[in-house]
Amino acid sequence: MSASPKRQPEIPPNSFPDDLYADLCKREVITDDIAGRIMLALSTLSILAVVLIFVFVAKECLPVLTGQTSTVRSGKTIDPETAAKMPAEEIAAYLQQPVPTIRSLTPDVLKQLVALRNEELAGSKNSDDALNTTSWALMLMPHQWQGYSEPAYIWQPTSKIEKYNLVPLFLGTCKVAFIALVIAVPLALLAAIYVSQIASVRVREIMKPLIELLAGVPSVVLGFLALIALATIFQSIFHYEARLNSFVAGFALAFAVIPLIFTVAEDALSAVPRAHKDAALALGATEWECAWRVMVPAALPGIFAAVVLGFGRAIGETMVVLFASGNSSIMSLSPFDSVRTITATIGSELADAASGSAHYQVLFLIGGLLFLITFTFNLLADLAIGRLRSRIEALAGRETYSIIQPKAYSGDAAI
Amino acid sequence: MTPPSIDNGEPIDLFSKSGSMRQRASLELSRTAAWFLACSTLLLVSYVLLQGYQGLNPSFILSRATAGTGDGMFDVHTAGVFDMVVGTVLLVFLMTLIVMPLGVITGIYLNEFAPQHTWTTRVLRSAVNNLAGVPSIIFGLFGVGFFIYFIGGSIDKFVLFTTTPVWGQPALLWAALTLAILTLPVVVISTEQALRAVPAGTRDAALAMGATKVQMLTWIVLPQAGPGILTGGILAVSRGAGEVAPIMFTGAAYYLAHLPNSLNSQFMELGYHIYVLSTQSPNIDKTRPLLFSTVVTLLLLTFLLNVLAIVARSWARRKQRTD
Repeated sequence: MSASPKRQPEIPPNSFPDDLYADLCKREVITDDIAGRIMLALSTLSILAVVLIFVFVAKECLPVLTGQTSTVRSGKTIDPETAAKMPAEEIAAYLQQPVPTIRSLTPDVLKQLVALRNEELAGSKNSDDALNTTSWALMLMPHQWQGYSEPAYIWQPTSKIEKYNLVPLFLGTCKVAFIALVIAVPLALLAAIYVSQIASVRVREIMKPLIELLAGVPSVVLGFLALIALATIFQSIFHYEARLNSFVAGFALAFAVIPLIFTVAEDALSAVPRAHKDAALALGATEWECAWRVMVPAALPGIFAAVVLGFGRAIGETMVVLFASGNSSIMSLSPFDSVRTITATIGSELADAASGSAHYQVLFLIGGLLFLITFTFNLLADLAIGRLRSRIEALAGRETYSIIQPKAYSGDAAI
Repeated sequence: MTPPSIDNGEPIDLFSKSGSMRQRASLELSRTAAWFLACSTLLLVSYVLLQGYQGLNPSFILSRATAGTGDGMFDVHTAGVFDMVVGTVLLVFLMTLIVMPLGVITGIYLNEFAPQHTWTTRVLRSAVNNLAGVPSIIFGLFGVGFFIYFIGGSIDKFVLFTTTPVWGQPALLWAALTLAILTLPVVVISTEQALRAVPAGTRDAALAMGATKVQMLTWIVLPQAGPGILTGGILAVSRGAGEVAPIMFTGAAYYLAHLPNSLNSQFMELGYHIYVLSTQSPNIDKTRPLLFSTVVTLLLLTFLLNVLAIVARSWARRKQRTD
């Protein structure tokens, strides 16, 4: 097999005619064609999944969006004498009992039940009864609820008057995500710069898998540690009142976000052609100048994508905040107050909300809003990475450096 | 003569590798950040292991959830994790069965068949990437709205003609399907990477010998990319085993007396059990040792899979180098 190099005929570079190559490539084989088509059909499932997620989350909250959901309790009462003749559904709604139960009752019992319900309603007259708490005004603006001293933003879906103000949830989500990013972004970016540019190969081979190992820790474990250990440690250091608060949640969340930011940024930095580094060093730049003023600017779209994806992950993470945030919807900007985020609200309340009820629909509404926000940010990151790829291809010629891939979107150990 | 400078007139010391005080400080800062992250990962993992390893013995893993009470009742303070391990393994196994064919085919299509720079390919690629960034709780909502109420509800109504939910309720199958969609991008992206690592020359050689594209893929490219694709599968499994939010409403149960015996039964799961234990227990100090042991079980399960993935990757690399 090992022919001596002398015998090989010398092939001049690029002697293979381009048009012949193109012709050969065009040769269609029927099995290939069929295979390609079947694969395309199966691949579109990914697109379908994104569309279906949007459609089915939107479908469940559509009545709230169109204003059909109503929590109004009309002051109308039913006369006990005529109750037996009325449709069972109407009575069932009035008595808040299932329809089959109502059907099984004798007219006498029904009469008594309706009379009792009339008394109950007369006793608990409340001016807020007439409000539709799922209207946009009440979901977004403060309201003077009965029993409160001033207009307030309140999320309280299980109280007698269901209150669905979304502002505290969004504020809580932003607060926790902000704290998490303030901790995660500098740490992860600096570590990415160090690992990809400055560290020796040996250090790099130890450190990269270690930080990626963090991505393998399930978020429920991070949340659990925040609840059991971190909360106690922080309380003994800072002496604040609420044991579980947005600072503890944000700190734990940072560790869920760091591997994602680190891997995307590290990938972007490593994809910048080596020639840039050599050129900068040859010109006399120091190691840090080379990393900070040459490599970082070249990888900037990828670093931007890393931060954007990190933000999306931070507002979408459920288990950590469910464990560590304290879950009370207080309107406050202090990091040491308990908060309730969108994800934790869905996580803790969906199991109790009856399918199709106003509460259920509002939970799907906040889920849908969260989906829209993360969708936008993911798209932004996707565009940024596309730009990075074309920038690097332009810098280096497409064959060599077209390898950058957004492989770590999901925050997994990118292996 | 002015000394050379890069852009802002700051003189450069040509003989210094580390640069000015400020540069050295920044460099040290980045070094500290990297070491801090590496060390805190180690600290975190070893803390959990140290706290939980005593309770971790075969009898803990093999005893049922009703263990220790004597009367077959469920008590969070004595529960063994056998039911949860079985539930997790079943769930993840089903999920793998669903996600692997879909993810691998999508990956192969994107890397081998898809015409580059067309509208469809771009949408497909960005859909995969976008799917990876959707919050896991949204998959839970989707599972409830689509799988349970739409698909399951329709089966009950139009196929089984029953009003008592058979499929229109949380079930093992729905949870596995929800997790499969969640882990789809992981498999697609690793498959693509594995395929991209196969040298172009191998492909050209196969085609030049007259192989069709399908032959080239099945006989030449896929065997080489196999370990890499496997890595993607293992990563998906480890991700699936650790996710709780998507299965909270689609199938996981607080407590069940029996192991799941069909696709439409609910199941107990390790991650969800940790959530239940740490939030529902009236006496957290009493459940603490048990909790740590359960966490260690989950952590070992996911780490084992991650390590497997790392070994598979290095094996694949070595194989490619010798080829």
